[in-house]
Amino acid sequence: MLFKTRNFDDAPVVLEAKGLTVSLPDTKGDPKVLKSINVTIRASETVCLVGESGSGKSVTSLAIMGLLPEALKVSSGTIHLQGSDLLPLTQAQMRELRAARVAMIFQEPMTALNPVLRVGDQIMEVMELHTSLPAAERRKRALAIMEQVHLPDVPRIFASYPHQLSGGQRQRIMIAMALVLEPVLLIADEPTTALDVTTQKQILALIDELQQDHGTAVLFITHDMGVVAEIADTVYVMKQGEIVESGAVETLLRHPQADYTRALLAAVPSLSPRAARAGADDAVLRVEKLNKVYGGGGILKKLPTAHAAKDVTFTLSRGQTLGIVGESGSGKSTVARCIMRLIDPTSGRILLDDTDIATLTRGGLRPHRQKLQVVFQDPMRSLNPRWTIADSLIEGPLNYGTSRKDALAEAARLMQVVGLPTDALARYPHQFSGGQRQRIAIARAVMMRPDVLVADEAVSALDVSVQAQVLDLLDQLQRDLGIAIVFITHDLRVAAQICDEVLVMQRGAVVEHGPAAQVLAAPAHAYTRALIDAAPGRSWDFHNFQEMRDPSHAEPA
Amino acid sequence: MAPVPQPTSAMQPILRALRLPQFGMGSKIAAVVLAIIVALTLLAGWIAPHDPLTMNPMVRLQGPIEGYPLGTDNYGRDIFSRVLIGGQLSLIIGIATAAVSVALGLVIGMIAGFFRTADAIIMRMMDALMAIPSILLAIALVALNGPSVGSVIAAITIPEIPRVVRLVRAVILSAREEPYVEAAIALGTPMHKILIRHLVPNTTAPLIVQGTYILASAILTEAILSFLGAGVSTETPTWGNIMAEGRLFFRIKPELILYPGIALSLCILSINLLGDAARDMLDPRLKKRAG
Amino acid sequence: MLGYILRRILAVIPVMLLVAVFVFLLLRLTPGDPAAIIAGDMATPAQLDRIREAMGLNQPLHIQFVTWVGQLLRGDLGVSLISNTPVATMVADRIGPTFSIAILTIIMSVAMAVPMGVLAAWKHRSAADYAVMTFSVLGFSVPVFVIGYIFILIFSLQLGWFPVQGYTPIGSGFGAFLSNAFLPALTLSTIYIALIARMTRANMLEVLGEDYIRTARAKGAPERTVLFRHALKNAAVPILTVIGSGFALLIGGVVVTETVFNIPGIGRLTVDAILARDYPVIQAMILLTSFLYVLVNLLIDLSYSFFDPRIRY
Repeated sequence: MLFKTRNFDDAPVVLEAKGLTVSLPDTKGDPKVLKSINVTIRASETVCLVGESGSGKSVTSLAIMGLLPEALKVSSGTIHLQGSDLLPLTQAQMRELRAARVAMIFQEPMTALNPVLRVGDQIMEVMELHTSLPAAERRKRALAIMEQVHLPDVPRIFASYPHQLSGGQRQRIMIAMALVLEPVLLIADEPTTALDVTTQKQILALIDELQQDHGTAVLFITHDMGVVAEIADTVYVMKQGEIVESGAVETLLRHPQADYTRALLAAVPSLSPRAARAGADDAVLRVEKLNKVYGGGGILKKLPTAHAAKDVTFTLSRGQTLGIVGESGSGKSTVARCIMRLIDPTSGRILLDDTDIATLTRGGLRPHRQKLQVVFQDPMRSLNPRWTIADSLIEGPLNYGTSRKDALAEAARLMQVVGLPTDALARYPHQFSGGQRQRIAIARAVMMRPDVLVADEAVSALDVSVQAQVLDLLDQLQRDLGIAIVFITHDLRVAAQICDEVLVMQRGAVVEHGPAAQVLAAPAHAYTRALIDAAPGRSWDFHNFQEMRDPSHAEPA
Repeated sequence: MAPVPQPTSAMQPILRALRLPQFGMGSKIAAVVLAIIVALTLLAGWIAPHDPLTMNPMVRLQGPIEGYPLGTDNYGRDIFSRVLIGGQLSLIIGIATAAVSVALGLVIGMIAGFFRTADAIIMRMMDALMAIPSILLAIALVALNGPSVGSVIAAITIPEIPRVVRLVRAVILSAREEPYVEAAIALGTPMHKILIRHLVPNTTAPLIVQGTYILASAILTEAILSFLGAGVSTETPTWGNIMAEGRLFFRIKPELILYPGIALSLCILSINLLGDAARDMLDPRLKKRAG
Repeated sequence: MLGYILRRILAVIPVMLLVAVFVFLLLRLTPGDPAAIIAGDMATPAQLDRIREAMGLNQPLHIQFVTWVGQLLRGDLGVSLISNTPVATMVADRIGPTFSIAILTIIMSVAMAVPMGVLAAWKHRSAADYAVMTFSVLGFSVPVFVIGYIFILIFSLQLGWFPVQGYTPIGSGFGAFLSNAFLPALTLSTIYIALIARMTRANMLEVLGEDYIRTARAKGAPERTVLFRHALKNAAVPILTVIGSGFALLIGGVVVTETVFNIPGIGRLTVDAILARDYPVIQAMILLTSFLYVLVNLLIDLSYSFFDPRIRY
């Protein structure tokens, strides 16, 4: 079975929001953040609220919880929980309801738990606040719910502090805390976005399992269509505070009605690898047995060492894209930073046009910098906020003796290439959106006419539609200029879309390396298979509103 | 071709701050009060009804009388004139201290923040300097070097430097981690240019705020030094010296301490309030929290 | 943990050594001659030479420094040039008043400032917040001796609640001690309260914006629980830090307050020694107070892990 196809028409309505409107009363013009939205959630149903940043999906959840930030106010509409209206309730009445009948889990398990309290105490606190159970009983129930969310070694974790646990374990604690009083509604606000795919898969399965066991209604907020395909019964698509379309998951993915939904789905990169391009033979970058070891040293006691990159070896030819794929802590960014010589490799060779740059001094490196450029993940921080775009773009060329006039002319030309108006040059970064800034960062790199571009999670912070545009831009630049790209990503879909070759890393080591078509379609290593298996919605071709054509791509052996 | 923007980058946050409408009522009043104090002090030579040093044994320790709006001290000198003139040196010492400690702290902090080898040594020295209670250090410096204006400025400046150094170093260290700085390294920008063009401008806003606070605390410290007998020579009227002399007659005539004390406190209060306003505007982190 | 404590204690050594170098150079490189102070105004050059010889002032600077540090390590703080009393005796005689007033000040300050800061942050932008902030900025702006005199004027001279000046040791009864010590401690507290309240407010505001506070509210926790159980403990480390660095303000304030209230403590002792250029006493007192500052901050550093389990050594 591809999608959930249960019917909830007979199930009791748990939550019904009608004409819910939220506005910013203190801001000029009283702008509306939510515009008269209607959402219905029934018992045991999973409703996905999907949209890009700024669509108002998180505001919806906070409005239901009565936890809107002070600047936001519900200006009209109703929110009924099991038939009774929540909006007229006092703060104290709302407090009694939270966790007991409506519980919530958040995106960042790293920051959502109080760092100075033991997690067991944090779970027990829920019962302290809402029940009169004796301490021993609270403890027993806390341990029991921790078992239910499949935490290992429960007594030890019970007495642990959040920082001693992994991200997945922390999210399990959050879920335990949310479900310990068996609420009728669980609101999950991007609960897996900050997690690695393999962990995400487990958490999604856990939420599903607990929902089956307890009959909880779930409001699941996400930006990820893959996750939607995986878990939703019903989907609401949001855009700028409005619901543009809603319906059963299969209907919506197969026959989207609204243009926005179609565009959103079409922008999801396909998991099937791109057709391999004819590989040129002239290697521009060769990395041989690159190692990076952190730590060691220490004065009074030997500090532990971490082998962040182990014997990484690859060759990259002109006009080709190599993807380095892995979860957090796999060492993929370490490799990127070593190649850029932002950090010094411990050993190994980095041959850029036959010059080994791994051991060059700062001064010796300078002539080679030009050929090697970088685009970072965070578009908010990758441009100097105090500089105009022009200043940022011409900084590199000026370093290598280009005249200011020529550099500015080139900058103006490149602005058009990356699809921005020329007058953007006189403006400052804060006047641009994230996607525009990332284009500017790409233009800055291209100003140097590099042979190799290192893109370190360069599209990960962007909404999926913007992401598609930036990927297209990279592809176009590569075709026009023959740039070789090292593309660091955690996202297999993105890798599948643009990489010729893929290198899979796990704990610093390369576990698999080969043509994208081979690695992603017929993975040899168990870890690669696990990664692909964990990719949500892997058997659905969102772009074409249908099942994946060649199931071998999606269903690894 | 696009117009070439002028290199106003360092001024950007300041200009933006000045345009902001949320200059609260408190800071507006503070600005007016400070402007009045500075104007009165600058024009003291013309406004003061009496020479602040002329003694008049006929009118010792009087309350407000004809021609002496705030009364007279134990030598029959006009308190009003003395408080007016007294502000001059206090302000000069405060401004000089703020300027010198910010300048020196910026240079030392830049070196500590950018050169790993120098960092450990400089910071240990700053730790040591901060460990010495600043008032004691200042008194000792003045007592040993003589009660000149220069030595008072030096005495107040030296204990302030470590605080500026720490601030500058912290700002530079965190700015170094910014992707745009790494991008500049990748663009082949030489290290000294990265330091001057990318990193140092980050210190402007915090240094404006810190400089304001130093200005306030320097005026305060000058008064304390004078009060303890370790300020500029006692014949010179400063707010601190006037209050120090007033100590002996405190029970008979508390105004000798209160009037210069009020002038001093109002002055420092307005500077501190302006410093707070500057901080709220220049620190985007705080701005976000307020909004 | 033990290793960390040991390393932190060892780290005090270079700092204190540098303090010693600074103090030593401060006295040797500035004009002034200790010999002239001992010999008095009528001394002949020959007498001065003999005194210098006896004090070792003719030896090279580094020998003098090593000799001095050697004495310090043996616990010998030196002898006053003026009164000829050992510095250790002078300190022992006068530490009592300073110490007891300082403790009273810290207790009063923390007890008032932390609730003020919490209240201001909780009721952000309310009248209570503005009141706390106004008090705090006033505390920074009015010189401590002016505050002292205003308190004397109001509470002693006008209302007659407290004696004007002087000091009664705690041994002669707590009530008598308090009646003398309360005003000095209150005076000294103002700037300390201003500092701690401000810092508490700023950090509470920051913590109250954290995700785990939202989690606590989503659990249905009442505001009291949110503030004290979830927020204050997270804000504790920076508050502690400022209490430690504010200790320097306290030392500065002690010097002034002892002068205003005529209390025979070590603050006044130090100022008198500096003004009289009593070199051995100056050296010893600056070194001692610096050591105290370093020690207090070391203890505060070590206490962090009690509040924040992430700080483990």
